[in-house]
Amino acid sequence: MELLGKTNIDFIGKRNISFIISGIIGIIGIIGVVQVGRGAANMGIDFSGGTSMQLKFSKPLSIADARSALHKHGIAKADLQEIKDGNKLLVKMAGASVGKPSEMVQTAFKKEFADNAFTVESSTEIGPSIGDKLRKDTLIAAFLSMLGIILYIAWRFDFKFGVGATVATMHDCLAMFAAFYLMNKEINLLFITAVLTIAGYSLTDTVVVFDRIRENLHKNLKGALHKIFNDSINEVLSRTIVTSLTVFLAAASLFLFGGEVIHDFAFALLVGVIVGTYSSVFVASPIVVLLENRALAKEVKTV
Amino acid sequence: MPKGTGWRISLIGIFVLLSFLYLIPTLVAKLPEWWSGLLPKDKIHLGLDLQGGTHLVMEVDTQKAVEGSLDLVATDLEDTLNSKSLRFKRISRSGADKVSLLFYEKGTAETVQKMLKDKYPGYEQSSPVDDGGFVALTLRINEKDALDRKDKAVQQALETIRNRIDQFGVSEPTIQREGINHIVVQLPGIKDPQRAIELIGRTARLEFRMVREDIPPSSATIPDDAELLKEKSVDRTTGAVTEIPIVVQKKSMITGDLLTDAQVRIDSQFNQPYVGIEFNALGAKLFDQVTAANVGKRFAIVLDNNIHSAPVIRERISGGSAQISGSFTEKTAADLAIVLRAGALPAPVQIIQNVTVGPSLGQDSINKGLYAGLIGVLLVVVFMAIYYKMSGMVANLGMILNVIYLMGALAALGATLTLPGIAAIVLLIGMSVDSNVIIFERIREELKLGKTPKAALDGGYDKAFLTIMDSHVTTLITAAVLFQFGTGPVKGFAVSLSLGVIINLFTSLIGTKVTFDLFLHKGSVKKMSI
Repeated sequence: MELLGKTNIDFIGKRNISFIISGIIGIIGIIGVVQVGRGAANMGIDFSGGTSMQLKFSKPLSIADARSALHKHGIAKADLQEIKDGNKLLVKMAGASVGKPSEMVQTAFKKEFADNAFTVESSTEIGPSIGDKLRKDTLIAAFLSMLGIILYIAWRFDFKFGVGATVATMHDCLAMFAAFYLMNKEINLLFITAVLTIAGYSLTDTVVVFDRIRENLHKNLKGALHKIFNDSINEVLSRTIVTSLTVFLAAASLFLFGGEVIHDFAFALLVGVIVGTYSSVFVASPIVVLLENRALAKEVKTV
Repeated sequence: MPKGTGWRISLIGIFVLLSFLYLIPTLVAKLPEWWSGLLPKDKIHLGLDLQGGTHLVMEVDTQKAVEGSLDLVATDLEDTLNSKSLRFKRISRSGADKVSLLFYEKGTAETVQKMLKDKYPGYEQSSPVDDGGFVALTLRINEKDALDRKDKAVQQALETIRNRIDQFGVSEPTIQREGINHIVVQLPGIKDPQRAIELIGRTARLEFRMVREDIPPSSATIPDDAELLKEKSVDRTTGAVTEIPIVVQKKSMITGDLLTDAQVRIDSQFNQPYVGIEFNALGAKLFDQVTAANVGKRFAIVLDNNIHSAPVIRERISGGSAQISGSFTEKTAADLAIVLRAGALPAPVQIIQNVTVGPSLGQDSINKGLYAGLIGVLLVVVFMAIYYKMSGMVANLGMILNVIYLMGALAALGATLTLPGIAAIVLLIGMSVDSNVIIFERIREELKLGKTPKAALDGGYDKAFLTIMDSHVTTLITAAVLFQFGTGPVKGFAVSLSLGVIINLFTSLIGTKVTFDLFLHKGSVKKMSI
């Protein structure tokens, strides 16, 4: 079976459209990153410090009731979220100290909902100093993995391909930030893990395309760059899609059946896989063409 | 059989056997008697997010340890000077690293100066200066000694915490030092995390101090050698908390270091639990002297700067045992006995991270993770079988091998499986067939060029090799970085991911190739199912 027969799509010719789309994604992503840097995005408590609890009640409970119960007991600033199955409630409080807030929430609910017993399924309390350390460690980790990837690409390919692959990888990471920022999903350690994983994975897709382009460049030195690139992408299009599809299927089953703890993590992976496939075709290769053409134009001028 | 397949098949077989061998301790609840000696006993540990439990990070306030030892130096000096009849106005710790001494006369200051040089060689001394008619001397702890003291404090705190946890009874706890002043404690499967946290985190500094009846608690000025503390008592029926302020001496007569034992006992008269304590020889002697000298006066039992009770000394108590009574429940009395037995922390600790997962959520996560994994496997298997037919099944075989090897490797390393770790395995199911997809697409191209299946197969594997290497190395780079910097669940993700990627290289380049070779080795096969 074949998903696609022989295709002949002018990917490079559509670069203006794809650059505009990617530009918008990139800008939203950068805004998202800046907001994360300022702490203005929906930050997980692992970075901001604070308390997060997951409670399971025996009876249904409305968020409004829960909020007013907390309010009555002096907890004004709490982020409440309902989890679909099984009367579960997620309570998040930023910047509070370790120990006290979790007790206060439990006393408040015990008093206000005496007939609705609950158990604490999980609670996470993180002091501000840990948050700072994690943020620092994460920045170093992100920097190191990017550096490692760039060095590897630089070693395996020439400079122009390296730029293309790096831009495409950055693009994918930004797209994930953009999606989470627009949907106001929580930026936590798991999200960063997903971003770094995708950074490694999306490169795989790009490398597959680049390998073919390079092979064809060696075979055919005289043809128009534009055509060689287009032909190469068309040749590997089905395998690019199939490889992404298998990973997509695995990530989708995590997203649908993996439970609430890794729901957002799986969502980030799904976004990353899709964007990663798009970027290796529509971002990475056109950039290399652009750079090659510019270099050629320069050569012509000097001659 | 074609040349070169023999050793590859044996290798695959050996790895499968090894994987199962290593997995047996994980899969079998109770190992039989004969399973000992050389056979592997390590198993895949479940992370706290899967089995439930508490992960604590504590910060030791090491500065307090330095201050504590300076306080001791000050008390010690007071005693020494008193015994030598050297007159002084005041000796106390000042600031973070000094003990200051104030004398009436220059002569005494100079005598003391000489004495200090011999007694505390590690400290830096200032020359005597005039301070409003008095003569002031300061003794400063040098930086190296201070650092040393801080380091020891963390080490001691770790030992004490280990002791307390051992006595509390938690199976397989992990207690580790992290960085300069952090201690990480993991308590898997703990039922009452709140109680454990209180037990671990309390300083448990026990002191016996005299009550200063001469100063009313409402007094605006409290002299330097006394301080105002509170006695908390809980009404047993209403649960109301009352606080009574009491002025006590700053200096303690006896401290908890002099205890040899502490046990919960039940008061036969009121059926109330209390904690009975036993002093060591020195403590018993001191307690005997102090009680003899202060009959009719009150002394306060102070625990972490809270007064537990302030009974009147009715008679001289010799024999070295005493009791701490108060509003205890059986649990709080038991916990107090544990902390008194295990000893006080050398410095207060603060809990800066507490992640607690209940057992039900953990089990739920395991179930859902496994379910998602199964569905993921199913989707990929069906897709590959439809898209690549028989060859797809070969890729599926490779993927199953991949999962078996990965589980075996996790068990062999005694690695910890976390929920993100399960996610990594599920993700790897998708990734592991990718290498084969790259190879298959290559083979299809070669077939289209009119090559025989055998030639197409070899060409496909050869040409795809570099691409596959590239894609694995890039994933491995990020996995390695995540492993280095990640903690807890994220580390679990990185472990599964990096092991999986390495194993995948083997299964996709050797495992599936050998299967094809077996079928196509004669070169007479006309058609390939791909």
